[in-house]
Amino acid sequence: MIQHDVVIVGAGLAGMRCALEACKELDVAVLTKVYPSRSHSGAAQGGIAASLGNSEPDSWEEHMFDTVKGGDFLNDQDAVEEYVKAAPRIIYELEHMGCVFSRTPEGKIAQRSFGGHSKPRACFSADRTGHAILHALHEQLMKNSRSVKIYNEWYMHSLVIDGDQCNGVIVSNIQTGEVEVIRAKAVVFCTGGYGRVFKITSNAFASTADGVMAAFEVGIPLEDPEFVQFHPSGLYRQGILFSEAARGEGAYLLNDKGERFMETYAPSRMELAPRDIVARAEQSEMDAGRGINGEDCIHLDLRHLGEARIMERLPQIRQLAIDFLGIDCVTDPLPIQPTAHYSMGGIPVDNNCHVILDSEGTKMHGFFAAGECACVSVHGGNRLGTNSLLDAVVFGERAGKSVLEYARGRDFGNVNEGQEKARVLEKFEDIFQREGSESYNQIRDEMKEIMMSHCGVFRDEQRLKTCIETLKGLQERFKKGKVTDKGKLFNTEIYEIMELGNMLGMAVIIATAALERRESRGGHYRTDFPKRDDKKFLYHSMVYDSPDGLVIKTKPVVITKYQPAERTY
Amino acid sequence: MATFRIKRFNPEKQPEPYFEEFQLDIPDGATLLDCMNQIKWTLDGSLSYRMSCRSAICGSCAVKSNGHALLACQRQAEHLVDNNDTITLEPLGNMKPVKDLVVDFTPFWDKVNKIKPYLEPKEEPPVKERRQSQEEFLVIDDASTCIMCGACYSDCNTLEVDDNFLGPAALAKAQRFVGDSRDSKTLQRVQDLSEPGGIWDCTHCAECVERCPKPARPFDRIKEIMTVALEEGVHNNNGARHALSFTNSVKRSGNLNENRIPVESMGIFNIPGLLSLIPVGLRMLLKGKVPPILHHSIEEVRDVKRIFKELDQ
Repeated sequence: MIQHDVVIVGAGLAGMRCALEACKELDVAVLTKVYPSRSHSGAAQGGIAASLGNSEPDSWEEHMFDTVKGGDFLNDQDAVEEYVKAAPRIIYELEHMGCVFSRTPEGKIAQRSFGGHSKPRACFSADRTGHAILHALHEQLMKNSRSVKIYNEWYMHSLVIDGDQCNGVIVSNIQTGEVEVIRAKAVVFCTGGYGRVFKITSNAFASTADGVMAAFEVGIPLEDPEFVQFHPSGLYRQGILFSEAARGEGAYLLNDKGERFMETYAPSRMELAPRDIVARAEQSEMDAGRGINGEDCIHLDLRHLGEARIMERLPQIRQLAIDFLGIDCVTDPLPIQPTAHYSMGGIPVDNNCHVILDSEGTKMHGFFAAGECACVSVHGGNRLGTNSLLDAVVFGERAGKSVLEYARGRDFGNVNEGQEKARVLEKFEDIFQREGSESYNQIRDEMKEIMMSHCGVFRDEQRLKTCIETLKGLQERFKKGKVTDKGKLFNTEIYEIMELGNMLGMAVIIATAALERRESRGGHYRTDFPKRDDKKFLYHSMVYDSPDGLVIKTKPVVITKYQPAERTY
Repeated sequence: MATFRIKRFNPEKQPEPYFEEFQLDIPDGATLLDCMNQIKWTLDGSLSYRMSCRSAICGSCAVKSNGHALLACQRQAEHLVDNNDTITLEPLGNMKPVKDLVVDFTPFWDKVNKIKPYLEPKEEPPVKERRQSQEEFLVIDDASTCIMCGACYSDCNTLEVDDNFLGPAALAKAQRFVGDSRDSKTLQRVQDLSEPGGIWDCTHCAECVERCPKPARPFDRIKEIMTVALEEGVHNNNGARHALSFTNSVKRSGNLNENRIPVESMGIFNIPGLLSLIPVGLRMLLKGKVPPILHHSIEEVRDVKRIFKELDQ
């Protein structure tokens, strides 16, 4: 049995920042199903928020207010306050580690405007900010390679739980197919989001709900899963991200008539309204037949910015659009559409990243989570752009500190290695043995299609019910598939099947929570209940598993400074 | 209908790799990765390759297509089809195949680790950020776009004959620190990078620049490190001596003194090194390849000297 003081699952920004903290005193393992530098944090483009005030005076209070208003007042404000206060220090530390940032004429970290932020507070490295931070953290991990062991291309299957105590994880080596148990004093999940359940998504193939579902399967609820962010600028059909920084730099959104339609939806902020509002505006235009040539896309126009500015500030994504669409944004507008981008919900944690089981804050001892897979909740019903990289780094560091505090001087728990291993081996065996005729590919496509059309930007009771029924049918068909590759060596097929199983489970959870929330707030919009309803729904959803199906309980929202008010831009 | 000729390898089943052909209609606008997924998901689930972000930033999906390394997610499939309507896919080169298009990246990462890929700052950091001008940022901007996909490593001609070479990606990563105004170890770094296996073992073929899917362009970065090494006075190695001797020869006479360069590159006091040249010299003598003993300047040598003078200014 492998043994480490701490196992961190996921090697994106949160996981690596956590490792750097925990390895100061502990023996740390970081497990990733890819390589650290391949984590999806690296795809973040536009920036990371902090009230440095490098281009205009700014304050943490303004950052906090913008975040809470952007989140449609579902954010836990005590957590938001700690988070925005930590932001400047966190950015300076990244700079000290060597992270490469674009600079102001005085040599300070450059900052640009972003949707929903009242001040230019997005610190950036051209249009590859996530990449810059990811590599800076990876460099620090390589520097600390004596105290951090990285398990590249290992898959996490399940948590080892004893009552209210987490004692490790069951994993397998993708390269060899060997199943192993890693015993640990504490486990940290930094497993990212689950945008792959939707047809059009900016997410990597790896963003498949493995972490959240592993938590859910051992009885941990999921908080606010109905809140999924649709990013307004996914490249048409592909869904891959074209940074909000384009609008931050001044790009326009145009419908088929050439109108800057945001005037109708958010006259004061125009293209720089929060993402939920812009994505809905786009969808409304398309639904009204004003998409470009009547299709499901609208135009993002950067032409007036000029080639020089585009090359200085947005060079990578210009190339991206040339490679993927054959369109140069210097000379032509880009067709874009809303794309599933970020999960505001996730594994419920307290402000120190310790996983909790209920609204009373009962802990699952030894189990922590940070980053997109966790729900603190600092983003409430809708996350502002550039707040996610900040979330990952702030709470990654905090999880590291918490886990250090927790595991220091503690003994390892009891783990029955054979029994735990057998659980996962059975899962493998079950899939290998299936001799059905269903196509996993077909099932995955149908899931993505129904989630997009019935549980996407606009939702209603009828569509959600159909969606859930369809998904349950797909879960049944999932049991009747057949695997081609029965080998152990780098069998990517078997892992894709396991990921699909997780995604189907997650999709049902999202749709069920969306059906239950009969109001519209942030990224969750019900056409049959188009208003926010604070009297009935100003709470966090907590979705539990039970023998009779999913059960939804509630958890109060922490409100300190800002009382819920009407949200207009 | 296009043919995808894919090199298959599964040592669990048979020890030797072989090619297998798949027929696929390339959908409009499909990337090479989209096609590979279509093959995997509808024709043969056992096909293995790496992928993740599909937006050319994670660096997972580099493979060889028609003999050259590229990122599968970044390229439109129809642009890759050859005259026979075929796309030939193989695993990256210079690394050991694991299964199908998956290779073992261990040596790649070991070499990245070797260049001490982290900032060694000058002093205790200030409370806020260190200042760095936009110009200083631009020196490391290109190198920092590297996504570690291994395309350059795969097609590097030096690596094909010399395992010890650090390779283009690790050296580009090294430039990101050599050129960083915040780093304190510039001299140490260029000394280490001038050792065998480092910058001077690059053959200047620039294949890595052709293969790089980002603006990192490793060979350009290698040249930048060479410049810094010479500026820092790190001359005590064959590569630097060769570069200096080469320059001096052209400066003096307008062409290369081929008798002098090998001797100067080896170092005039490097007796064992010079002795090692004798067999080569003898073989050249036997084949009638020895350059003339008396070296002549070209007629326009004054113009050459003027160019050097202007460059010096």
